[in-house]
Amino acid sequence: MKLKEKPNWKEISFACVIPEPGNSVYYKTGDWKTLRPVVDKEKCIKCGTCWIFCPEYAFEEDEYGYYEPNNDYCKGCGICSRECPAQCIKMEEEVVE
Amino acid sequence: MARREGIEVSIAIAEAARQANVDVVSAYPITPQTHIVEHLAQLVADGDLDADYITVESEHTAMSACVGASAAGARVFTSTSSQGLALMNEIVYLAPSLRTPVVMALANRALSGPISIWNDHSDVMNERDTGWISMFANNGQEAYDLTLMAFPIGEDQRVMLPVMINFDGFILTHVIEPIYIFDNEEIADFIPPFEPFYRVHPDYPVTMGPVGVPDVYTEAKKQQDVAIRESRAVIERVFEEFAQRYGRRYKAVETYKADDAEIVLLAQGSVIEAAEVAVDHLRDQGKKVGAVELRLWRPFPFDDLKETLCGNTIRQVVVLDRCISFGGQPGPVLSEVRSALYHEPQRPMVVGVVAGLGGRDVSLENYVEMFQIGEDCLRTGKEAGEEPELVKIVGLRE
Repeated sequence: MKLKEKPNWKEISFACVIPEPGNSVYYKTGDWKTLRPVVDKEKCIKCGTCWIFCPEYAFEEDEYGYYEPNNDYCKGCGICSRECPAQCIKMEEEVVE
Repeated sequence: MARREGIEVSIAIAEAARQANVDVVSAYPITPQTHIVEHLAQLVADGDLDADYITVESEHTAMSACVGASAAGARVFTSTSSQGLALMNEIVYLAPSLRTPVVMALANRALSGPISIWNDHSDVMNERDTGWISMFANNGQEAYDLTLMAFPIGEDQRVMLPVMINFDGFILTHVIEPIYIFDNEEIADFIPPFEPFYRVHPDYPVTMGPVGVPDVYTEAKKQQDVAIRESRAVIERVFEEFAQRYGRRYKAVETYKADDAEIVLLAQGSVIEAAEVAVDHLRDQGKKVGAVELRLWRPFPFDDLKETLCGNTIRQVVVLDRCISFGGQPGPVLSEVRSALYHEPQRPMVVGVVAGLGGRDVSLENYVEMFQIGEDCLRTGKEAGEEPELVKIVGLRE
């Protein structure tokens, strides 16, 4: 949306209050990263340490119990890779398509 | 019925907060303080006021607690002075932007250094552009009345802004004056319950005070500026309702013998009552002088000021500032008043003086000198604006 098309001062909410809880999911921060975590499922022990440590709650458990990063929100900080006890998460260069 | 009591002005202000039935008081009584929050602490401890008295570790936290409590929907009161207000500064800016109608009683005092605990207006002028509604009392009765009126003004849903009531430190705060104190029942329904649009509540989560990216910050500030400008109508309504109910009428700009005056002294706070004595003294000598009180400081009463000063007999205004704007126009009141009149086709000349810094008494002869400065300007046709570097400090040892 162009700047001029955004809500004017009468249309923005009162004192910038955000009345809808949890709407930060609309703000995708995944494009901040330069490195992306890649999980080697051969080595993964499904312990969930990455899920606990991720500051963005970007890890999601799949139907087989593995944890995969949601790249819409992962900022590429690498904490998961550092904390993984099985050392199964490698940080690889983000490739923009 | 209201009873007239000999009461310390600070205690009367605390009584006003009690009668407004505040829910939360948070303050940090750093030096210099008054008896306002001390008395409120006593009232809460004795069970005479059903409020949370939040003790904190600094003035910065005191104002943070006030803003947080107001965001939760509480009626909030605090009081401070000089250095304490300066330490609050960061959060003082936050309160209007979050539209939290905190009421603050500000005992005006000088800012260090040199270290001073005495009266002038450096503290409030430092907060001029924070976005608070700000007004001045010139005696104890006004300080009490305005504190009561601050709640219905700030909490009105068209306003939702914090209100600062200014009264001079020591000169008013520590003086026992005869003040009409209302009966609780008499004042109770003057202050309706506080009903915020949003409040922070675990069952209905909202975000208050989010990041304002460059795409929205400008619009947010415009919204805030419009809110304080439009608060003027509510201030008038509350002043009017107070006058109807209790007979004491307050105006944004007050005058004393200004109707046929040629030279008027314009000031804020307790100096006005002393200036009135000087006006009487000079009137006895046949001089056409008067006094003008700029009670409402924010929102600035442009129209009232123009109506009072322009297109009549007034030819010279002497603006008395109680603080110095270092290296600029002598003081903030002067620059505001003179700019407000700039576009008027028929305007008086305006000269600025500074006096009463850091507790220096302003004597009758000082006021006479101020009027003399006005008379000299009028005679020579010279406005102080022609020599803005010249700060005329009255009562200074040269």
